[in-house]
Amino acid sequence: MSIIVGDDAKLVISGLTGREGTFHGLRNRDYGTDVVAGVTPKKGGQDVEGIPVFDTIAEAAAEKGANTSMIFVPARFAAAAINEAIDAGVATVIAITEGIPVHDMIGTYWKARERGVRLIGPNCPGVLSPGKANVGIIPAQFFDPGPIGVVSKSGTLTYQIGNELKQAGQGNSSIVGIGGDPIVGSDFIDVLDLYEADDETEMIVMVGEIGGDAEERAAEHIAASISKPVVAYIAGFTAPPGKQMGHAGAIISGSSGTAEAKKEALEAKGVRVGKSPTETAQIAVEVLGS
Amino acid sequence: MDLLEYQGKQLFARHGVPVPSGKHAKTIEEAVAAAEEIGYPCVVKAQVHIGGRGKAGGIKVAEDRDEAEQHASAILGMQITGPHGEGPFEVHELWIEEASKIDAEYYASIILDRSAKKLLVMLSTMGGMNVEEIADKDPDALVRRHVEPAEGFGPEQAAQIAADAGVDEDARAETAEMLVKLYTAFNELDATLIEVNPLVVTSDRRVVALDSKTTIDNSALYRHEDVAGFEELSAMDPQERMAKEKGLTYVKLDGDIGILANGAGLCMSTLDVVAQAGGDPANFLDAGGGSKADAIVAALEVITSDEKVKAILFNIFGGITRCDEIAKGIIEAAGRIDLGVPLIVRLDGTNSEEGLGLLADATLPDLHIEKTMLGAAAKVVEVASQR
Repeated sequence: MSIIVGDDAKLVISGLTGREGTFHGLRNRDYGTDVVAGVTPKKGGQDVEGIPVFDTIAEAAAEKGANTSMIFVPARFAAAAINEAIDAGVATVIAITEGIPVHDMIGTYWKARERGVRLIGPNCPGVLSPGKANVGIIPAQFFDPGPIGVVSKSGTLTYQIGNELKQAGQGNSSIVGIGGDPIVGSDFIDVLDLYEADDETEMIVMVGEIGGDAEERAAEHIAASISKPVVAYIAGFTAPPGKQMGHAGAIISGSSGTAEAKKEALEAKGVRVGKSPTETAQIAVEVLGS
Repeated sequence: MDLLEYQGKQLFARHGVPVPSGKHAKTIEEAVAAAEEIGYPCVVKAQVHIGGRGKAGGIKVAEDRDEAEQHASAILGMQITGPHGEGPFEVHELWIEEASKIDAEYYASIILDRSAKKLLVMLSTMGGMNVEEIADKDPDALVRRHVEPAEGFGPEQAAQIAADAGVDEDARAETAEMLVKLYTAFNELDATLIEVNPLVVTSDRRVVALDSKTTIDNSALYRHEDVAGFEELSAMDPQERMAKEKGLTYVKLDGDIGILANGAGLCMSTLDVVAQAGGDPANFLDAGGGSKADAIVAALEVITSDEKVKAILFNIFGGITRCDEIAKGIIEAAGRIDLGVPLIVRLDGTNSEEGLGLLADATLPDLHIEKTMLGAAAKVVEVASQR
């Protein structure tokens, strides 16, 4: 198995006709993902290298049986596109777009929860299940199939750790980028639960960063509900308070959201936290071998 | 984007939130003229992006023209450090405000609660101290109420909070009205934080916002031209200003090792491993997917404009962006600007062999190539320490 996207994913891409949408959409198809449709208003009837384009997600879902949606539209239209995907009845929405106003996301978050739609992101690199499907912008060449589930707030940092795992001969069940925004559709705890229930996942690597308390809540959740070993990495020990470090959500507010507090919370629950991406990968390999 | 007190108050006023009248000043002369116009007593307030101004001597009452001048000259140019070690920030601007006769000081705030994914309204009659202090001293004195997205926040909810917080009965209706207006402003402004501390009841029993700490969501600035106009580039650090003008994601730090990496997470991680290797990072700079020479030149120009920088680490893990493209960008950039400091490049990921080969063939002066992130961190610390 794998989580969130697998062999049965039928993908509709909002924003397929844009430059980035086309580039990554075709890469996803080349990887083997079943890309069944694209959506761009007023471009229905066109196609992108054989992928049919529809005006609305509802049409794409009805005609092509799409069950997974990827959002690649510009930030100011992205929350509306996610809402459209939820209304169209797809089960999973993966939002790559960075820079969606957080007030827009509050309503969208609750809409997804109420309808039981799994929302990943926004401001995330997507989800890759090695050997099965790639939905998003994760470069698949650094990840082989294997027993380690990865969940992360950051893109390049995940590729770094994935590459070190691969060089150590290890692979992944899935790689999930949950996103670096203040409000994301799925938190660490949501994805941890999916890995806990996934037969193929033997252990989990969790990559966090400063800001918010998703890592602290994950620490509590791991102690209470996750039986599989979890190894963590936290970025941002040198970040000063009050400064946004690239990601909209990566900010220490007053004394809350520090890397130190997250590390302590995780270690207090028995989660080993690597000092560097390299050490984190080494610990993961060691834990898996033991 | 964090707003200064006076900017927040100007927005409050536009949303019907009562604030004392005041004037903005950037020089001693402007401050004195403002004080004369407002009358005495008036308050001279440092405008910086942090709390704790009063304790640092950044807020003073002037009883006459001489005092207004003394306070303005003392406060302009003052360095203020925040309660959590933020800054220090130099005071470039003042807000001169009519003095209020105060009966009671309350605390009110609305924040985006990231864990609950809801807005959180807080009210306490223990104003004047910071919210952590209130929570420490008497947790029951701080009323916290989440706004249910389906329900919203109106007069009924506001009145309940005012009653639960124990607001004086004759000030309850006005306090509740204030909360509703702040909530409306919060939504209309795309705020992520509005804190009014203190919210005061004046001796003639009016409810007034005596301070404002407001943060607006950067991602929503496109729909708030009036707010975006508040950005004072002149008050920013010179490197941060330069980065802003070049459209780069840059944060200035205190150290002497310049950092450039692709991706926010990897860049934060790079700062951390450099610190672990005994170095002191000078900045955060996310190059994004920027492999083009223009973007690399822009980034290197910002980093080297900080005279403290003794060496630069360029940490790249190529995903979609190919390392050979990045290597070409570095080589072209090196031909266009003279860095004056050593550049340590770590290239890994997609097409790293080709990229490393190109860099080796180019034999650039003062360029050190490393294959791993930890090796590069150790190298940059070693090189910087020798200079």
